[in-house]
Amino acid sequence: MLGEGILKGLAETARNFFGSYFCAERMTTVEYPEQRIAPFEAARTFPFLVYDGADWQAGLRCVSCQICEKECPPKCIFIEKSKDKKPDALGKPQFYPVRFEIDISVCMSCQICVEVCPFEAIKMNTKFELSTEDRFGGLLLNREQLAKSNQYYHQIHATEAAEVDARLAAEKAKFDAKAKGADVAKAASDAAATGEGA
Amino acid sequence: MSQAETKIDKPEGWNRPAAIVPDGEGEMLEISMGPHHPSTHGVFRMDVTLDGERVVRLKPVLGYMHRNHEKIAEGISYLASMPYTDRLDYMCSLTNNWAYALAVEKLIGQEVPERAEYLRVILGELTRFQNHASSIGFLIQEMGASGTPLMYAFREREKILDLFEELTGARMMVNYMRFGGCRVDASPAWLDKARKVVADLPRFVDEFERLLCSNEILMARTQGVGVLRPELAINAGVTGPMLRASGVNYDVRKVDGYGIYNRFDFRVPLGDHWDVYDRFMVRLLEMRESLKILEVALKEIPGGPVMDPKARIRGLRPKPGEAYGRIESPKGELGFYLISDSGPNPYRYRVRPPSLINLTILEDMCLGHDVADVVLIFGSVDIILGEVDR
Amino acid sequence: MKTIEEIKSAIEAALPDAAVEIVPNPSPSGQHSLRIQPGHAVAVAKFLRDDAEFKLDYLSNVTGVDWPDYLEAVYHLYSVEKKHGPVILRMRTVNRTDQVELPSFTPIWRSAEFQEREIFDLFGIVFTGHPDLRRLLMWDGFKDHPMRRDYVEPDDFDYEPTAHDEVLRRAQEHKSREQGTGIRDQGPTTA
Repeated sequence: MLGEGILKGLAETARNFFGSYFCAERMTTVEYPEQRIAPFEAARTFPFLVYDGADWQAGLRCVSCQICEKECPPKCIFIEKSKDKKPDALGKPQFYPVRFEIDISVCMSCQICVEVCPFEAIKMNTKFELSTEDRFGGLLLNREQLAKSNQYYHQIHATEAAEVDARLAAEKAKFDAKAKGADVAKAASDAAATGEGA
Repeated sequence: MSQAETKIDKPEGWNRPAAIVPDGEGEMLEISMGPHHPSTHGVFRMDVTLDGERVVRLKPVLGYMHRNHEKIAEGISYLASMPYTDRLDYMCSLTNNWAYALAVEKLIGQEVPERAEYLRVILGELTRFQNHASSIGFLIQEMGASGTPLMYAFREREKILDLFEELTGARMMVNYMRFGGCRVDASPAWLDKARKVVADLPRFVDEFERLLCSNEILMARTQGVGVLRPELAINAGVTGPMLRASGVNYDVRKVDGYGIYNRFDFRVPLGDHWDVYDRFMVRLLEMRESLKILEVALKEIPGGPVMDPKARIRGLRPKPGEAYGRIESPKGELGFYLISDSGPNPYRYRVRPPSLINLTILEDMCLGHDVADVVLIFGSVDIILGEVDR
Repeated sequence: MKTIEEIKSAIEAALPDAAVEIVPNPSPSGQHSLRIQPGHAVAVAKFLRDDAEFKLDYLSNVTGVDWPDYLEAVYHLYSVEKKHGPVILRMRTVNRTDQVELPSFTPIWRSAEFQEREIFDLFGIVFTGHPDLRRLLMWDGFKDHPMRRDYVEPDDFDYEPTAHDEVLRRAQEHKSREQGTGIRDQGPTTA
């Protein structure tokens, strides 16, 4: 019969249409913004800088090594290194960025900056509702707008943040052990020197 | 614009299509299909000369999306080119990444661990499935089906894109492959989710077949339209499902056996009538073969690292030399040709775009058909402008 | 598949006056290439396509390369019938300025049609014997060849508002030039 194929196709369409009233799998529309799907943990939009503790300037992990600036493919990161140093989480004096700006109208969310950062200082955010009225300056995020606390990082990427914290804690433990060993050796050599001298 | 185009015979002259002699009454109409056109898969223009409704001449005009990707790559490092390759064939970013990683691995002689090879195959075949589903959906959409098959294809594509997002962080621009493996490992939870998704997909392919394959309108519009002879297809450098629909058994996965494809048992569907309907059916059957590969790969994936520990991620400076690496992307043979001069950036970086080369014989296929068939023939070539223009 | 030396000797046996030399490839990929002269290129190509041993009926990739003294075209050939390959051929022009002709392979392999047009557009190699040699990716009135290493971009610079450092300086210069002369598109800058 002519038209049999079309009728079979219409039967499929009808099955999908009426089935969508009963089967959740066939009803695939999510009515955004009233309903939202929770983002996946690994999702990424634009970068942000992590700081430890309460003060974002003192706890900023970035030491301005500028590796992310060099590796960024569209060159959207602009860093100005400081002249002086401030102590970091391990207590060593490090440089810090005086200016750290990311142009998110250029950034393509490739996440290479996160991959190459040796200090776990820059990570990917998941916010995508970022529209502004100022089309030019509003999309150039400076240091203060980029700095978010470590608690925020735990909120958005729980397992990744836990791994990073464990790694940093292990580094700190190794550094402390070496420092304590050095202190003990120094005290012993001092005692030996004063013992000899006296 | 010339009136009388003489008929040219074509045994040896591959460089000239046989032109049609118009009836001689009235004038010929020159129209420009595109670049703002809903059916041209991007910004693409065709200058078509018509005699009534019949196509007498067709010249493609490209370059509306030319971003000079090859020159950008000469200015940035090898790693930094990887996110740009996502944006070539933007529907199948994982296969683009794979082709580039393969070319660089050939250039530096890098080995890839086994788990990474399995992950590459799994993600590559998922990409192929969603690309063929969308391609069929768009083809039927252009026939006037108002979106129903397209939306069914996109419903399944959403599941696959959710898998991609969970693993790599992004739905489309994944930036996942690296030289020496993959960027992150897949957790057992992700593999279970992937198995569940793949278990549901054959049911969708059955539904798609029931909806479309015996549809009389589809058959009347596509059978006998846009015939491409096999010898012309080979000579014109056509690859991918379009070549196999012209009856030529050439699949780079079987010929080169790159990665671990020679461990999987899959068939290569070939077409008998070389027309648009055959291209549509070849894509549908390749979707089923992809599912076969996926089931086996998801079952057999071994443990181990996903990145060769000796591989360099940043600061790659290959020794001078060149390499050409190619894979079977869903659109055809995608190849990268790299010339290195021991600097951090490549000296010459070339993408062999399957979509552009498949368009070489568009004019041959469309001559003599009606202008409404041009849209269908063009849709069956399955191009994507990001790759054509780079 | 034969080694590169065997391919060279097969070509020289069939076409005695075709000067073929091997260009070795030091990288681990092992893909050595053969350099052929433009005078005999069409004969060599026909031989490679039709000879029963080779049957290289599929031209996969045509690439243009810009070296400091000459321009080069590289061809990757495969065989669909015998499923072997690649055989890589190279042809060099005499110089980069006025003697930039090479014979076209489009009459032999149709897949070279668009790729040779693209090389003409972006590098400037003129392929003699091509049926329709005009620009492909750039528009028809465009001057100069963008993929050459010494290409200078014209000063039609759009003001990029979040620009920094070098990009900001160029944008400011362009703006002052535009406001001074009233012309938006200027020639290449000296900056």
